[in-house]
Amino acid sequence: MYNFDVVTPKTVADAVAALGEEDAQALGGGQTLIPTLKQRLASPSKLVSLTGIDEIKGIRTDDSGVLCIGGGTSHSTIAGEGSAYPALAALAGNIGDPAVRNRGTIGGSLANNDPSACYPAAALASGATIVTNSREIAADDFFQGMFTTALDDAEIITEIRFPVPEKANYQKFEQPASRFSLVGVFLAKYADGVRVAVTGASNDGVFRWSEAETALSSNFSVDALDGLSASSDDMIADMHGSAEYRAHLIGVLTKRAVAAAG
Amino acid sequence: MAKVQMTVNGKSVSGEVEGRTLLVEFIRGKLELTGTHIGCDTSQCGACLVHVNGQAVKSCTMFAAEAEGAEVTTIEGITGKDGSLTAVQQAFQDYHGLQCGFCTPGMVMSATALLKDNPKPSEAEIREYLKGNICRCTGYHNIVKAIMAASGQDVGAIAAE
Ligand SMILES: Cc1cc2nc3c(=O)[nH]c(=O)nc-3n(C[C@H](O)[C@H](O)[C@H](O)COP(=O)(O)OP(=O)(O)OC[C@H]3O[C@@H](n4cnc5c(N)ncnc54)[C@H](O)[C@@H]3O)c2cc1C
Ligand code: FES
Ligand code: FES
Repeated sequence: MYNFDVVTPKTVADAVAALGEEDAQALGGGQTLIPTLKQRLASPSKLVSLTGIDEIKGIRTDDSGVLCIGGGTSHSTIAGEGSAYPALAALAGNIGDPAVRNRGTIGGSLANNDPSACYPAAALASGATIVTNSREIAADDFFQGMFTTALDDAEIITEIRFPVPEKANYQKFEQPASRFSLVGVFLAKYADGVRVAVTGASNDGVFRWSEAETALSSNFSVDALDGLSASSDDMIADMHGSAEYRAHLIGVLTKRAVAAAG
Repeated sequence: MAKVQMTVNGKSVSGEVEGRTLLVEFIRGKLELTGTHIGCDTSQCGACLVHVNGQAVKSCTMFAAEAEGAEVTTIEGITGKDGSLTAVQQAFQDYHGLQCGFCTPGMVMSATALLKDNPKPSEAEIREYLKGNICRCTGYHNIVKAIMAASGQDVGAIAAE
């Protein structure tokens, strides 16, 4: 690792001020950033640790039933206290391993937008709102391709607001070495329609499978997906699976998600 | 360099660290507590697992500076003052839950964290919890047996797969 300073502000305001310096970068749980720094793929001059900021931690339900999760909340807290949205809590409880879940945060995962990460699928399928220190961003506008988001340099995710669906399920086809998803499908059924978000598959990162959404919105059943297949154009192809294999998994996992959501 | 202060195994310790100093480097290099191992250094293997404020953490994936004011427990800190082994340690010995021993400190710390949250885990829960602890020797079988035994459960039911 190249060297850098670590600062530990206690408030969002102080963290934003510290991030204003050139080459400063936010440090969430470090479960992605520290390995990246070890590979010298990043060279910040200062890391602004967010773990001491209590105002961006915790889970609450607002007056309209929306689940609001602080950006600095760990995966294990969401797994343990996110029961208002069971599919989301289950997703959190299946990320990596217990030690990764004790440190890693939802804000860090969304900001990183790894093409195989789990939370981006949940946020997109739920039509969540990503709240930062300066604005609110709809999930549909937030994810802008592999490792790319709408966030500005010194912007911190302070909260994520999840409208709680009637039914939901996440199906993760795990890549056993990395423990990330080889392909993951998050399905959420709301009164006004079904949303299906796919992670792990596309070179563009997380995306919505609109044909499946249309079919499931008019007929929420496994049969409604018969004959539908995701296109393998622009799918990730690597040693773990070809583009066609990933495209096939999208169909299989979406069916499983419908069956599991009941 | 900046000063960091924390409590390790019940003792208050402090030292000068760089921003990039990992918690595991502080524990092994500055405190000379070499029971905590570095296996992969890429957050995969769990040999470096310690408890920070009671939670299992990979100390190769946390900076020493982030542990300011924290309570850290390493493998050296769990045995009794007279050197007596904990139930988990004793069971690893009784059930031959180790061969080369490299993964063992992390396995024991992981198992200890599991039993604190879940005093009677099922075999499946144990295997799931140990996902982030890699062992190249034992095939995990005797590790799982040891943890079943340490939690007062029957190990007879676990058959080789
Ligand atoms: C062994 C292992 C297995 C894993 N398995 C999975 C898995 O199955 N599924 C999965 O989804 N992930 C997995 N991960 C990744 C894990 O979920 C990370 O915790 C997560 O991707 C990053 O969160 P973090 O809090 O650790 O962020 P960091 O690593 O600290 O930061 C990541 C990036 O986000 C930025 N950032 C951090 N917090 C914020 C914030 N609040 N606002 C704005 N920017 C911020 C940082 O500047 C950095 O660019 C795994 C990681 C490991 C090591
Ligand atoms: S050395 Fe920390 S996980 Fe392997
Ligand atoms: S006993 Fe050798 S790595 Fe586990």
